Amino acid sequence: MSKRIFITGIGMISAIGDDVDACLASLLEQRSGIGPITLLPTIHQGVLPIAEVKHSTSMLLDMAGHPGSRNYTRTALLGILAAREAVGNSGITETGEYRIGLVSASTVGGMDRSEQFYQSFVVDNRKGRLIDVVNHDCADATERIAADLGIDGYITTISTACSSSVNAMMHGSNLIKAGILDRVIVGGTDSVTRFTLNGFNTLMILDKRGCRPFDDDRAGLTLGEGAAYLVLESEEAVGRSQKQPLAEISGYSNANDAYHQTASSPDGKGAFLAMTKAIAMSGLSPSQIDYINVHGTGTQNNDLSEGIALERVFEQGVPRFSSTKGYTGHTLGAAGALEAVIAVLSIRNQVVFPNLNFSTPMKELHIKPVTELMTGVPLRHVLSNSFGFGGNNSSIIISSYI
Amino acid sequence: MNFIDGIGMISPQQTLVPGRFPDDVVEYTADFLKCIEPVYKTYIDPIPLRRMSRLIRMGISSARICLADAGIAMPDAIITGTGLGSVEDTEKILSDISKEEKFLNPTPFIQSTYNTISSQIAIHLKCHNYNTTYVHRTFSFESGLIDGMLQLGEGSSTRVLVGGIDEMTLNHLNITRRIGLWKRQPVNNLQLLNSRTPGALAGEGAAFFLISADRSDHSYARLRDVSTLIDIRGSYRRDQAIRNFLLQNQLQPEDIDLLIVGISGDAVFDPVYHQFASDFFPNAPLAWYKHLCGEYHTSTGFALYTAAQILKSQECPEILLLNHKAPSRLKNILIYNQFRNINHSFLLVSFPD
Repeated sequence: MSKRIFITGIGMISAIGDDVDACLASLLEQRSGIGPITLLPTIHQGVLPIAEVKHSTSMLLDMAGHPGSRNYTRTALLGILAAREAVGNSGITETGEYRIGLVSASTVGGMDRSEQFYQSFVVDNRKGRLIDVVNHDCADATERIAADLGIDGYITTISTACSSSVNAMMHGSNLIKAGILDRVIVGGTDSVTRFTLNGFNTLMILDKRGCRPFDDDRAGLTLGEGAAYLVLESEEAVGRSQKQPLAEISGYSNANDAYHQTASSPDGKGAFLAMTKAIAMSGLSPSQIDYINVHGTGTQNNDLSEGIALERVFEQGVPRFSSTKGYTGHTLGAAGALEAVIAVLSIRNQVVFPNLNFSTPMKELHIKPVTELMTGVPLRHVLSNSFGFGGNNSSIIISSYI
Repeated sequence: MNFIDGIGMISPQQTLVPGRFPDDVVEYTADFLKCIEPVYKTYIDPIPLRRMSRLIRMGISSARICLADAGIAMPDAIITGTGLGSVEDTEKILSDISKEEKFLNPTPFIQSTYNTISSQIAIHLKCHNYNTTYVHRTFSFESGLIDGMLQLGEGSSTRVLVGGIDEMTLNHLNITRRIGLWKRQPVNNLQLLNSRTPGALAGEGAAFFLISADRSDHSYARLRDVSTLIDIRGSYRRDQAIRNFLLQNQLQPEDIDLLIVGISGDAVFDPVYHQFASDFFPNAPLAWYKHLCGEYHTSTGFALYTAAQILKSQECPEILLLNHKAPSRLKNILIYNQFRNINHSFLLVSFPD
């Protein structure tokens, strides 16, 4: 039974880059991926900004080596590209002697194609191309990724709104700890769809100026798309391959706010519980957390609730924190994994990426995010928050490998 | 060890009272088997109830029936498996955005999110504990059970609520029938095996179980093990998997007193089950359940309900038996289900001694 969980590979695609190196370069240059809608066919073009991966689905098919195929949704393609990078980065070659699994997260699955199907289907229910709807569910992308990587051990899919991929990381870690798997690829993938864009728009939580996390004048989130995966390995698997891990997962927790389906509680109870229980699991004291990659969506509600919870958890002083959603947008089911990869990059490169679009501290809080790039900062323990609709709040602690 | 201590089952059969398997089976001649729904206001406050879509109502109600059956107010974890979440809400949004994105009502969007069932249960119970949702086709419920057992094994939880829930709608039936999943004509559920045509009879259901680390005097069964296998390469791996599954539970094929399989009346895939039964359990009494609840992603919730009732009552109702072999002993029950011969799952339940 492995007590420790090591991260040995990372992969990521988002609006700020097609791979981890490109994303890191954008983060260091403080280059945001948020901009006008160029690819998504929607009436909101020119009105709402989003953080698109700047490749058409047909280009993604070429990049994945499936030119012209109709079997892959945008969500599956993003997932395949990021998962391949993670596996390549970990250097996994021998698969036979290890039990390897895949736990993936998504919130929209193949909705991009279901939307195309429905255009014809609503007019005449005998119409609509079936190939556009057979990949509707969230499991489709997971099974495509599994097939692409040749994984046929334990596989499953999690969907807990915006906290989905942190829960995937937790489930993967628990499978290793219980001795069910030696290695597991965990993460999430989501594409921007008209379904989610219109859905969030009806809730009136999309900022027309682009998200401004933790700013007093913030007016909502900005949707993004992307995928990120991490390879997790047991102590024994790492020991046998004599691999140098990139980082370690030292604590995690999932709690429910149990307050409202789409609003966070005023005292941030769920967020408070998720953070305190994750810190307790790691055996650290709150003062040992060096940096927090906050959920920080830029909605009035999240940032206030999360901010209050931060002040409660870290009574002796809130550590440096920033939201990286000003770069990648809010990638929903992929967000937790994306931000876990960013946490690994922070640790490995000793940098804190600043919160973009911040000018005025929130009047209800005594804290403000990091707004200048900080380099040469030794980061031992990073806390990353992912909070979702339905009060699904999860926190994870990523620590440097010693 | 893990025990099933409470059950809440909403299904096309008279399963609302958890105590025992229904004496009388409901016969249908239909396109799909629809759930017999409870009086929701018994379980849900009238104000939130009004805006709540059907799947959410079924989820909260079955969870509440289960907790009442177990005599528990607050579980240590709430875990839901659902293949598709609220299909009704998803269809509303897809339909609205197809009409020039003139989509104005946020309620269907909120409820279409897959985790709504688990989180609505949490809100109703004011339960701040572990809460998650699995959405992997016919693995959805099984993954939930596996996670539930991991939570129990880790020691911080002693009682977890795990459910499997899916619904059918007319639009979804239409689309999935065109894909070829279902029979072309309405069929009689009790004559399902006589049709000998491709496609299953569609169904739906909501099943919640309270899994406890401790045996109680009302425990239905012991949940011993759950395993899922994705078999993209071919069936030899399934064979290896069932051998390993029995081995890791220190069982021989002869120890299985009853094999419950996911036979659905689908002439294309039913041979997979017959082959499995004859290859590994040639002497075991064989039972099925999909004539009672239909086929859906989380149908093994109904199978587990059935197995738990059989073990508790030590009786196997005739209506379930397929090969005219009545079980002589009821200690170990194996459930085997598959989807497209790709997603295979095994659930092992035993008498709670």
